[in-house]
Amino acid sequence: MTDISAAFVTALQLLVSFDANLLAIVGLSLKISLSAVAVAVLIGLPLGAGLALFKFPGRDGIVVFLNALMGLPPVVVGLVVYLFLSRSGPLGVFGLLFTPTAMIIAQAILVTPIIAALTRQVIADLWVEYAEQLRSLGASPVRAMPALLFDARFTLVTAVLAGFGRASAEVGAVMIVGGNIDHVTRVMTTAIALEVSKGDLALALGLGIVLISLSLAINAATYTVKLRAEAAWA
Amino acid sequence: MGLSARQAEPSNIPAPQAQAAILPLEVRNVCFDAHGQRLIDDISFTLKAGPRTMILGPNGAGKSLLLRLCHGLLQPSAGTVRWHGTDADPARHQAMVFQHPVLLRRTVAANIAYALKLRNVARAKRPGIIENVLSRTGLARFTDKPARLLSGGEQQKLSLARAWATRPQVLFLDEPTASLDPAASHAVETIIQTMHDEGTRIIMTTHDLGMARRLADEVVFLNKGRLLEQSPADAFFNAPESGEATAFLKGELRW
Repeated sequence: MTDISAAFVTALQLLVSFDANLLAIVGLSLKISLSAVAVAVLIGLPLGAGLALFKFPGRDGIVVFLNALMGLPPVVVGLVVYLFLSRSGPLGVFGLLFTPTAMIIAQAILVTPIIAALTRQVIADLWVEYAEQLRSLGASPVRAMPALLFDARFTLVTAVLAGFGRASAEVGAVMIVGGNIDHVTRVMTTAIALEVSKGDLALALGLGIVLISLSLAINAATYTVKLRAEAAWA
Repeated sequence: MGLSARQAEPSNIPAPQAQAAILPLEVRNVCFDAHGQRLIDDISFTLKAGPRTMILGPNGAGKSLLLRLCHGLLQPSAGTVRWHGTDADPARHQAMVFQHPVLLRRTVAANIAYALKLRNVARAKRPGIIENVLSRTGLARFTDKPARLLSGGEQQKLSLARAWATRPQVLFLDEPTASLDPAASHAVETIIQTMHDEGTRIIMTTHDLGMARRLADEVVFLNKGRLLEQSPADAFFNAPESGEATAFLKGELRW
């Protein structure tokens, strides 16, 4: 119990003191997770929409596979990315291991299936409503895709938030490919894991509270914007 | 509602080029099956340029299916739907208005702009066409309003305006007034009439016999997926050939 109350005090102290170390860690966490989500959006939205709109042999198999990938274990993704990026690996020449870029790659791999699978469902549902009208206007599935993604924008926000939640919360992948190097690749989750192993539970929990607050703030802000936009556009 | 006054204004929407060059439409021995049931059964007819055709029949007769088969949204299980006109690309010169308008989640003007973009109308020409169809359908004051916030009647007028903007030679309408109140129905009917006057070939299904009597030049009567009659409207309403049509007009046809 003392640990928990001490944790809140620590969290509060960390926040109000604008601790430089903490700010650096929070900043890097946001930078990496937001970049990973941006990459995943660029790949996942067209991929998901494509799977919803185009019929081809093996599509159902791909959909099942994609849905299964939503549950990818971060440590396994971290390990595979590690093998590819390590000096002896196929992409070793780029020297990316233990850099923020490696962490973005690993998180993008984790997040892309989530955004693609949720996008596929959203666009498939919307296509049921729109298909006849858009085809009547002369839109092929390729030309309909941007309009569908645009019209589903409010629902897709939820998919992107789910992806961001996954990225900001995972520790296994960034730990393996980033290495938790202070001031280089240390993010909130790896810092928490480190403090736990050092036995500073209060600091670990304090960092955890900061992480949860941050996630809450981002979700609340997005939700408010989404509600207002939906009301304005019906 | 000021609609009739606006209709007197000269239109800058060019009339459909080479009026109805895609017609005649020939439907030959068309069948359509779904879930093991024959929903359209061996229908054949020809629609020539000119008159307004009403497709009538009780619920489940296959009116909407037939319209979709003609428009190319559905492919027949057997038989053929052919446009025998001189135009090589009939799909570009048709439009369809549905019972429940599907509008994009963007402004009224942007909904029409999207249809024009799909028809490869040059960007510079779009604003003039949009302004014209919106003023002629009485929607000018809603130009920048989100389309989904319009009332049901206004949404249906917008879907007509969107179809009109593409200058269709043939316009299919699937019970366009079924969910509207009498005033909105009247406004929609007036727009359809104006489009007909300007040379668009109207092919429409309706449950509203009053509207059918006012608008129809020709009636295609269906029952249980079969075509029972294709007659001039006067003949159909005054002396229908089939017993089913007689019963239908009296409101006594069971379905």
